[in-house]
Amino acid sequence: MSDLTLREAARKPEAIASGHRLCAGCDESIIARMVLKATRGPTIVTSATGCLEVATTIFPYSAWNLPWIHTAFENAAANASGIEAAWRAMRKKGKGPLAKYETLDIVAFAGDGGTYDIGFQALSGAMERGHDFTYVLIDNEAYMNTGIQRSGGTPFAASTTTSPAGRVIPGKKEWKKPIDDIVIAHGIPYVATISAAWPMDVMRKARKAFEAEGPAFLHAIVPCTRGWRYPQEKTIEVSRLAVQTCFFPLYECRKEEGWPVYELSGPSAAVARRPESKKPVEEYLQMQGRFRHLFRPEKREDLIQSIQDWVDHRWEMLLKRVG
Amino acid sequence: MKKQILMGMNGDEASAYSAKQVNPDVVAAYPITPQTIIVERFSEYVADGEVDTEFVAVESEHSALSSCIGAAAAGARAFTATAANGLALMWEMTYIASSLRLPIVMAIANRALSGPINIHNDHSDSMGARDCGWIQIYCENSQEVYDAGIAAWRIGEHPNVQLPVMVCLDGFTLSHTMENVLTLPDDVVKDFVGERRFIRVEGHMGETELRLNPDAPLTMGPLDLQDYYFEHKMQQIEAMEQALKAIPEVDAEYAKISGRSYGFLHPYRMEDAEVAVLGLGSTMGTVRYVVDELRSEGVKAGLIKMRVFRPFPAEELVKTVGDVPVLGVLDKAASFGAPGGPLYEEVKSVFYDEAEKPFIADFIHGLGGRDTSPSMIRGIYENLTEIREKGEVPEKVSFVGVREQEGR
Amino acid sequence: MSESKPTWRELPKGAVSTKSSTEYETGDWGVEKPEIDHSKCTKCMLCHFYCPEGAIKVREDGYTEVDLRYCKGCGICAEECPVECITMVRKK
Repeated sequence: MSDLTLREAARKPEAIASGHRLCAGCDESIIARMVLKATRGPTIVTSATGCLEVATTIFPYSAWNLPWIHTAFENAAANASGIEAAWRAMRKKGKGPLAKYETLDIVAFAGDGGTYDIGFQALSGAMERGHDFTYVLIDNEAYMNTGIQRSGGTPFAASTTTSPAGRVIPGKKEWKKPIDDIVIAHGIPYVATISAAWPMDVMRKARKAFEAEGPAFLHAIVPCTRGWRYPQEKTIEVSRLAVQTCFFPLYECRKEEGWPVYELSGPSAAVARRPESKKPVEEYLQMQGRFRHLFRPEKREDLIQSIQDWVDHRWEMLLKRVG
Repeated sequence: MKKQILMGMNGDEASAYSAKQVNPDVVAAYPITPQTIIVERFSEYVADGEVDTEFVAVESEHSALSSCIGAAAAGARAFTATAANGLALMWEMTYIASSLRLPIVMAIANRALSGPINIHNDHSDSMGARDCGWIQIYCENSQEVYDAGIAAWRIGEHPNVQLPVMVCLDGFTLSHTMENVLTLPDDVVKDFVGERRFIRVEGHMGETELRLNPDAPLTMGPLDLQDYYFEHKMQQIEAMEQALKAIPEVDAEYAKISGRSYGFLHPYRMEDAEVAVLGLGSTMGTVRYVVDELRSEGVKAGLIKMRVFRPFPAEELVKTVGDVPVLGVLDKAASFGAPGGPLYEEVKSVFYDEAEKPFIADFIHGLGGRDTSPSMIRGIYENLTEIREKGEVPEKVSFVGVREQEGR
Repeated sequence: MSESKPTWRELPKGAVSTKSSTEYETGDWGVEKPEIDHSKCTKCMLCHFYCPEGAIKVREDGYTEVDLRYCKGCGICAEECPVECITMVRKK
């Protein structure tokens, strides 16, 4: 794997220019900037409909300093499949500007809406066909761009506009879909979870994803100051706590000789070594207004415990897989 | 005119064969009856190494067109095919493809839209997509399918057009029926279609060809607010107007190599016609047979086959209809709640402003593959003759071939 | 922003974007702006990576500086700086 130093990354020309209209403190551009710093050379990006896509391309302005296409909500993976097929075809025929590129980093960005739900089919199909591209799930755990509606990626008990914390029902009743497990089950070469709180980790994994021969999947936890309701300067802190509480552990899964080989990354490996350092999920929940109803007017110990149990169970499962 | 090879093929095979000769860069397609033979035959070409195409066996029609869009945006020639509900599933993407000005070619094996589910021929699928900004060519026989399958690339890629093209062939009637097709040699087809033509655009990072290229980045598919969408749509409206000029140009060039002249409308025995029928697709072959019969009986019958429905050839239609007193329009699709079938409505609105206009009557027929026999068509001409004699249209819209009681 | 907009013929075909977002200065969004104390700065560059706008550039000498034309005043840089050398101050 070719290495990228922090210094090199800092000096790289920005793939996403300033002047976009994402909310102040939005993690989408932080993650996207970090991921794209790890591209190896020529790059084409496709984005599903969502906050990142909309806020960066309000006509006539565009923040994208590389070739970029958006078509619809549910088909980032299908667009990427077509782009990849075109590149292969043109290399075979030796014609057009793409033919000269031995490597081409094709990156699809999609939110939890465009991945867990409406984009699920296209993602599965693209992975089954084995196209050489990297899919980045920018997971802010709700359909944020249309007004914070719940998605399959919304965690249990989170209050969203279609799963509001009401008098009778305390937020979303269903659990977060285990998208990483589903993707890993497709048997693709590389899957990893990332958090902007560890920039070098993001870039290292992004570089690995680009280098993987075949589909690669990066799942980013992307706190949303508006939808999760926390002060905008806390974005990185919230992302950090998600990892430190093991709500969103950081790990990689490579396919080696047909087997999924799991490896914990820095901060999660540290928790595995020193389990007493694992922070209670309550600390993470307390930071966010979407979980406020778990604390006020009365503390819902039962729901908080359910979430803790879920976190613990999934952490145990991951540790078992790591071996 | 170039030497041609006679081959026996059905409409689907003709579509696949013409695509093979064009050798597109990418084919992303999903099977649906009665288009399946196109996809299967093309897969065979790929497996046998007869084409260089990257074949993407997508998991749905929505992904089929989405992948073709990605491929075409990246500069590839992309081809796909579908029918009925497959087209319905990719409906949102058809609008997006034309707005991105990507000259994708798609074969439509016309089939009835569900429900109830019916796999047989009518035009409800492509008619349902008439607003999406694609050029639409309707074929009468496998020969036309083959020829349109080649010309479509030049039409869509014409520098003043740059629009995707649907080549429509009637499901089963054409798609699965073996016919004689004169085919051009491979090198002639390659020479005719040449390399894909790109237009140049001024993007935010400079002027370049309209394609995704790391050497010259463009942003495709931005968000338009209320201040720009209308303007972008005007460009598509203009592109269709330009297509009205471009199509005869391409057809003339094609006539030189094939000996077959196409254009928008194919009139038959219209010079002195007193009753005429206008329609799309294979039914017009049956109408031609009936016209000949009627003519031998002394009836001054004529027909106009419309080959291009989008852009709608209004001017040429008026000219071709001339001073025929009665025109029957065959619609193989209904538009529920509308004043008539889609073709009838467009024809009638074209003639509204004309000083001289025929009586126009709509005949909706053939829905769900209901056979429209020569005797039914005779019935239509009798109806038209009655209209001419009475000097009025008692029933603007009639339904031919459906079981109904007397005096519906 | 009320200069006359292009007519439909003046726009490029295919609805491709025509201006870089850098022409849209978002610096007036925030009520606060960051001030970096270079005497305390360790050149870790985290602020550069954490800025959602990409408005914090790393200079040749390794120190960072904020492009106030685009800074939205989110405060992430000040919050995350490991040596607390960035302070958010209210704009006048």
